Amino acid sequence: MNPIILAVIIVSATGLVLGLILAIASIIMAVPVDEKAEAIQEVLAGANCGACGYSGCAGYAAALSKGETTECTLCSPGGPDCAAAVAEILGLAAGEMKPMTAVVKCHGTPDKCDNAMNYVGDLSCKTASQLFGGPKACNYGCLGLGDCVKACPYDALSIVDGIAKVDPLACKACKMCIKTCPKGIIELVPLFELKTVNFCMNKDKGNMTSKQCSVGCIGCMKCVKACEFDAIHVEDNKAAVDYDKCTGCGKCVEGCPKHCLELVTLGCEK
Amino acid sequence: MYITGLVSILLAAITTNNFILSKFLGICPFLGVSKKTNTAIGMSAAVIFVMLLATAATFPLNKLLIAKDMAYLMTIVQILVIAGLVQFVEIVLKRYIPSLYQALGVYLPLITTNCAVLGVVQLNVQNNYDFLQSMFNSLGGGLGFMVAMIMFSGVRERLEGNDYPKFWEGLPITLVAAAITACSFLGFTGLVEGIFGA
Repeated sequence: MNPIILAVIIVSATGLVLGLILAIASIIMAVPVDEKAEAIQEVLAGANCGACGYSGCAGYAAALSKGETTECTLCSPGGPDCAAAVAEILGLAAGEMKPMTAVVKCHGTPDKCDNAMNYVGDLSCKTASQLFGGPKACNYGCLGLGDCVKACPYDALSIVDGIAKVDPLACKACKMCIKTCPKGIIELVPLFELKTVNFCMNKDKGNMTSKQCSVGCIGCMKCVKACEFDAIHVEDNKAAVDYDKCTGCGKCVEGCPKHCLELVTLGCEK
Repeated sequence: MYITGLVSILLAAITTNNFILSKFLGICPFLGVSKKTNTAIGMSAAVIFVMLLATAATFPLNKLLIAKDMAYLMTIVQILVIAGLVQFVEIVLKRYIPSLYQALGVYLPLITTNCAVLGVVQLNVQNNYDFLQSMFNSLGGGLGFMVAMIMFSGVRERLEGNDYPKFWEGLPITLVAAAITACSFLGFTGLVEGIFGA
């Protein structure tokens, strides 16, 4: 017999036998699919970002269908529509879902915050922050090397004037950047609502902060005294805003000597 | 004499010729699934199973191909058989041990391209082993894989929660630990020759 034909026969026969075995095995040992979980996975955002706290969209869908969790609102990329769809499949009440966006809490552009050293090396915040906290004079400032930009699955972050900036409308609040940032200066803030945001995370004492950066929060308490709603407190030498209580009246911003507090409606142009 | 030969093949495959730590085959699951001892054992069991079945299934095929003077087809046929077997293992695990299936994740289909499995089949041909010797070599290779995986998962479980510098986190510390674990297998040099006087 022609050796080429024989070779073809041997290989195809092997393939055929294996294929048959697999086909039979997959029929005999078929796994019943969880239809509910599949339906839920259909309506989830499908980004596998892990914002819900599960291993991915499939993990969250499985947990929901098995009743391990009844929280339908965990999928922040999907937003309220997704929560409603999930709730409909499960027959639950969706619950309220506030749209949020990530905010890089630093305004220390290179003209406002000097560099303490000249950093030459791997262009990654994680590496740079290992070396005495990075090149910036301020240890709590955005290094602007773009780890968060790379981490964002939605391309919502970019480096503007040497620091990272979030596009609130592109941001799906999946928290990937928050997990990535070695400085821990990215935070979720309500979207489309007039709120005071403190664009500084500096925990050093006031006089230290002033030496490092011209827009650094010095923890002077002026905003705390100005607030009528008990929405702002100084913790670790910096002002922290309680976004649930903040009404956006702007009294705290007026008195801020460092202009690190800003009244913003994220998602709407100022 | 023949039986001593079998035992020496088995022992050599586990220790001196350990697939992972001496031949550096199958490094991918070694680094990938060795985080927990349980998954490491599951993975090794799957590899042993696939290795044994692949050897048994390819042995007659190899003989046939050699007899027909078509040894060039061997690699293709072996890959085909291994791929089919891995699919089979996947179906079985998905049905009966879904948690292990979840834990192994992408590494399970990757057994297909696991050089340790193809390596053991190829080595059996190269060394002209007969059927029993091939099976013992595969069993030893699989057991050696398991020993290395369990050892290393133990090391990695110890690493967890230890206070090493942040830039070592993840792959760097794992690779260093793997290198040191591999060094420990140097201690087996000459073991089999010493016992069996080869």
